[in-house]
Amino acid sequence: MKKWQDNKGWLFILPVFLIVAFSAIIPLMTVVNYSIQDIFGPGQRIFVGTEWFKETLTDPRLHEALWRQLLFSGLVLLIEMPLGIAIALTMPTKKGLGASLCLVLVALPLLIPWNVIGTIWIIFTRPDIGLMGALINNMGISFDHTASGLHAWITLMLMEVWHWTPLVILLAYAGLRSIPEAYYQAARIDGASAWAIFKYIQLPKMRGVLTIALLLRFMDSFLIYAEPFVLTGGGPGNATTFLSIYLVKIAVGQFDLGPAGAFSLIYFLIVLLFCYLFYQVLLNVGKGEAS
Amino acid sequence: MGLILEQVNKTVEGEMHLADITLDLASGSRNVILGRTLAGKTTLLRIMAGLDRPTAGKVLMDGQDVTGISVRKRKVAMVYQQFINYPSFTVFQNIASPLQISGVNKKTIREKVMETAKLLHLEDMLDRMPAELSGGQQQRVAIARALMKDSQLLLLDEPLVNLDYKLREELLEELTAIFKKRDCVVVYTTTEPSEALKLGGHIVIMDQGRVLQTGPTSQVYRNPASVDTAQLLSDPPINLFDAVLKDEALTLGSDLAIPVTPPFASLSSGQYRIGVRPNHLYLHRQSPEDMKIESTVEISEINGSETFIHFLYSGYKTVLHEVGIDSRKIGSDITVYMNPENFFVFSKKGELLISPNRPNTRSQGDLNGTNLSG
Repeated sequence: MKKWQDNKGWLFILPVFLIVAFSAIIPLMTVVNYSIQDIFGPGQRIFVGTEWFKETLTDPRLHEALWRQLLFSGLVLLIEMPLGIAIALTMPTKKGLGASLCLVLVALPLLIPWNVIGTIWIIFTRPDIGLMGALINNMGISFDHTASGLHAWITLMLMEVWHWTPLVILLAYAGLRSIPEAYYQAARIDGASAWAIFKYIQLPKMRGVLTIALLLRFMDSFLIYAEPFVLTGGGPGNATTFLSIYLVKIAVGQFDLGPAGAFSLIYFLIVLLFCYLFYQVLLNVGKGEAS
Repeated sequence: MGLILEQVNKTVEGEMHLADITLDLASGSRNVILGRTLAGKTTLLRIMAGLDRPTAGKVLMDGQDVTGISVRKRKVAMVYQQFINYPSFTVFQNIASPLQISGVNKKTIREKVMETAKLLHLEDMLDRMPAELSGGQQQRVAIARALMKDSQLLLLDEPLVNLDYKLREELLEELTAIFKKRDCVVVYTTTEPSEALKLGGHIVIMDQGRVLQTGPTSQVYRNPASVDTAQLLSDPPINLFDAVLKDEALTLGSDLAIPVTPPFASLSSGQYRIGVRPNHLYLHRQSPEDMKIESTVEISEINGSETFIHFLYSGYKTVLHEVGIDSRKIGSDITVYMNPENFFVFSKKGELLISPNRPNTRSQGDLNGTNLSG
């Protein structure tokens, strides 16, 4: 009787355990299962150990995709973080119609489905009828993201910045609003300049939300799929073939489930590693500060 | 010399926040602004600091009109209710920040920081970050920063309100000592009468955007100009009864006849309000002149080492303040004694007519405030 009572707690964990098992552990183990076997059909499988991992890690096309991905995420963070903070700083501080309107307008891109965003930008940048594409081409500059890798990148970056900077703005704005008015008064009494207020009050006070913004933006941009898939399909050539696009090509296009499984696990570990690093760095920089 | 406010008014969107505030605060003085929340204390401080402009009226600092001059150009230091420190600076850098901005050399800064840190018992935590400190320590850092500044005006806006009781007592004592040594104008706002009394100095009692009474704290405590000031400057609030003087007899409440002895002899027939402080109600007879009333306990609350006994006396809510712990059952009978000598007599409108006659044993303004009995 006593034993049963002591173990009763497990019953309460069971629902959570089941949910996590079905939503995370079982799918992950399925991938692990694929990554160490060569599967020909139902009941026809050979254990291959680490072969797929070796193959994936030495795949030059994967290396190219990884560098492309890193460059893309790096640029995204470099542009979106400062831009988001800058725009948040210029937003109205007082509650009212102005602030509400600003927030809705800013949040608009976030409300559009991702594949629709790709379609919008395909039309927007078409050299013949697109508002942006036609405008640039009529100015005498040849611009076509289906022909030039550089143009594809520029278009993709513009789309990404337009789509996701609002998230950074919203988070930064929330962080700014949570700073008590007394801080600004105290700074004015101390005779601090606007730059000093930003550097010594606003930025440290926003650190918490900015850490979250940075992590979210890194993860999302590192895992980006739908928008480039619709806009460029990974081209021209392989110019915009990011990790996820390459992965889908292997898994769905070539139906190589083994290498795709290994690839997925490596991909997952890379994201995890970067997030951990970012988190640790930001935690250390902000040590002892109010969150 | 000092801070002078002349007919200061502040209206925000048609709503009156401050009305005709005229104050003269001398350099080197401790001034406590006492009032409930929304009395206009913070608004007044902001105008004194120069963070806000008055709608009408003048602010003079050491004889100079500074009404429209920005806060950056004034020599003001301020401490807030919230613990405001630079989050990314260490305690040392925080305390040093006012001097760093004004470009003082490093050696002088170090010496002054050490001196101030010692004053506020922060010398062991100079290398820590503000968020690693307790609330009391954070507020000490904020106060240290304010003290570092060579300011003409030191403003403290309910600085101890977010701290626990014990810390408040401690810091209040230290602050009183520190303020005594400064020769700037110190203005301290609070909602608590006990804080005002402990700080001593001068008091400004505010209510609904108006100044009710000013003066040395002890004097105002002994001679509250009106029922409102008496209530604001007494915790728990002073007990009030209606009384009628008719045919040479003063009747308090429904039937308590008070002998019309010398202090009351000057009163003419009519209606009055009588005020008695809770600490002047006793459970035991103190002198032959004491008058006796009977009632039942509504509630008895024990607060630290004191007891507050609430009861109804002929319809008036009354509180008795007793030193020591005394737990009484709700509904039990009590006999309460009071001496007419301790009565404040107010007119029907609430103006003070007679206050208990007590020899003023201490010089005004130099009152420690802990042993006030008047």
